[in-house]
Amino acid sequence: MQQSNTYIIVYSAVLTIILGLLLSGSAQVLGPWQQEAIALDKKKQILGAVISAEEIAAMTPEQVNKFYETRISSTVVDLSGAEITKEGITAEKVEIAQDYKKPAEERSYPIFIFHAEGNPEAVESYIFPMYGAGLWDAIWGYLALETDMNTIGGITLAHAAETPGLGARITEAKVMERYVGKKIFDESGALVTVMMQKGEGKEYGDDAHKVDGMSGATITGNGVNNMLKAYMGYYESYIKAKSTPKAAVAAL
Amino acid sequence: MSTETLEKEVVVKPSESLLSKRRKKLITDPLIDDNPVTVQVLGICSSLAVTTQMQPTLVMAISVIFVVALSNFAISLMRNTIPARVRIIVQLAVVATLVTIVSEILKAFAYDMYKELSVFIGLIITNCIVMGRLEAFAMGNKPYDSMLDGLGSALGYSWIILTVAFFRELWGSGAVFGVPVFSYVSSLFGPDFKLATNGLMVTPVGAFIILGLIVWVQRTKTGYVEH
Repeated sequence: MQQSNTYIIVYSAVLTIILGLLLSGSAQVLGPWQQEAIALDKKKQILGAVISAEEIAAMTPEQVNKFYETRISSTVVDLSGAEITKEGITAEKVEIAQDYKKPAEERSYPIFIFHAEGNPEAVESYIFPMYGAGLWDAIWGYLALETDMNTIGGITLAHAAETPGLGARITEAKVMERYVGKKIFDESGALVTVMMQKGEGKEYGDDAHKVDGMSGATITGNGVNNMLKAYMGYYESYIKAKSTPKAAVAAL
Repeated sequence: MSTETLEKEVVVKPSESLLSKRRKKLITDPLIDDNPVTVQVLGICSSLAVTTQMQPTLVMAISVIFVVALSNFAISLMRNTIPARVRIIVQLAVVATLVTIVSEILKAFAYDMYKELSVFIGLIITNCIVMGRLEAFAMGNKPYDSMLDGLGSALGYSWIILTVAFFRELWGSGAVFGVPVFSYVSSLFGPDFKLATNGLMVTPVGAFIILGLIVWVQRTKTGYVEH
C-alpha cells in the first residue's frame, strides 16, 4: 500500500501542508522580533559612520536606541536638495532598496544628521545613505561628511552576498577606516569622490581621493566606487547648499 | 546497511532505562571512536567555513545539535509511514523546515549572528551528518534512541569544530571568544614584546591544517586505520 502512487502523492501533499504551516507559523510568531532586530541593525549601521564599532558593540540595544534618539535627527530631500515635507515621509521609513528601482529624480533621499552631545543645535556630521551593486548582490552603506561638507568622517559599508574573505571584507573596520579623512571634492570644487584602487598594500596617504583596494575583490571595490560616485552625485545639490554659506563666511 | 536488523535489536528490550549502557553508547561513540568529522569525514565543509572565531562556531554547533537531534527524532516518528521511493525528499523537507526555523529564530534574537552565519545555517541542510544519521539510524530505530544518536553525532561534530575554532582564533586573531589574549600576554613581557598572529589561520587552509593535526593525534591514540 505504501508503494502505491496515490499513497505517495497524498503523503507528500499532507507533509507539504504541515511543514508549510510550521514555517509560516514560525515566521508569523517571530516577525515582530525580527522587525525590531532589523531596525536596530539599521541604526547601528548609521551610527557606525560616526562612532567606532567597539563603542557600538559595547552598547545594549536600549542604549543604541537612546543614543540614536538623542543624537540623530533626519530629513528627506529630493534630487535638487529641497526638503520633502510630504505627510508620513521620514528618513527612517525610506526604503532605499525599493527606491533604487525608480529613476533618480523620483527617489527620496534620506539624510541623517549627527548632533553634538548635549547640544541638539550643533551639527557634527551629515550621514548619507548609499545603495548599489557589488559582485553578487546589493551593497549599501552610510557615508558621514564633516561640517565642511567635504571631508569624510567615517563610512559604514554592508553587503548582501559578497564573497566571504574577499568582497565581504568591505564590512571590516580595517577597510572602512581607509576612507576616513579623504575628500569628495577636488580643489576646483568638482565632485570626484573617493576611488578604491585595484590591488592592495599601497599607501595613498597623500592622495585625498584614493584608498587602498582589496586584493581579489576588485569588482566589489568598483561597486563601492560607483555607489559612492552615484550617491554623492544625487546628494550634491544638498551638500553644495549646505557648504556654500560657510565658504562665503570663510572668504570674508 | 539493513535497517530491519537494527530495529529488532531495539524491540527486544522494552523496559530499558532512559540512559542505559547501550543508550549512553549512542551518545559517546560518535564523540571519539566514531566521530562524524575525524573518522567518518563528514561535515568538513562547514567545519572549514565557520571556524574562524569561537562565537559563531558555538552558535553553529548549537544549531547543528538542534537540527540533527530533532530531525532524527521527527524522521524516526514517521519512519513507518514514509514511502520508500520518496524517503530522501521527505527527509530533506523535514530537515529544511528545521533549518529554516533555526534561521528565523537567529534572525529574531541574534541578528548579528544571523548576518554572519546565514549562508552556513542554510547549508546545514546539506551537512552530510544530518542526512547520514537519518538514513543510517533514524529510519530504522525508535524515536528516543534516534534523538540520542543525533545528539551524539552533533556533539561529536561540535567539539571538533570548537577545537578547530579555538586554535584558529587564538593563532589567527590572537583572541579567544573575542578576548584579546595575545595582546594581554604580550603586555606581560614589556612594551616591546609582541606575539605575532598567523594570517594563514584565518583562511580555510588553517582549518585544514588544524583538522589534520586533530585527526593525526586522535588516530594515533585510538589506533584507527582507514581501510
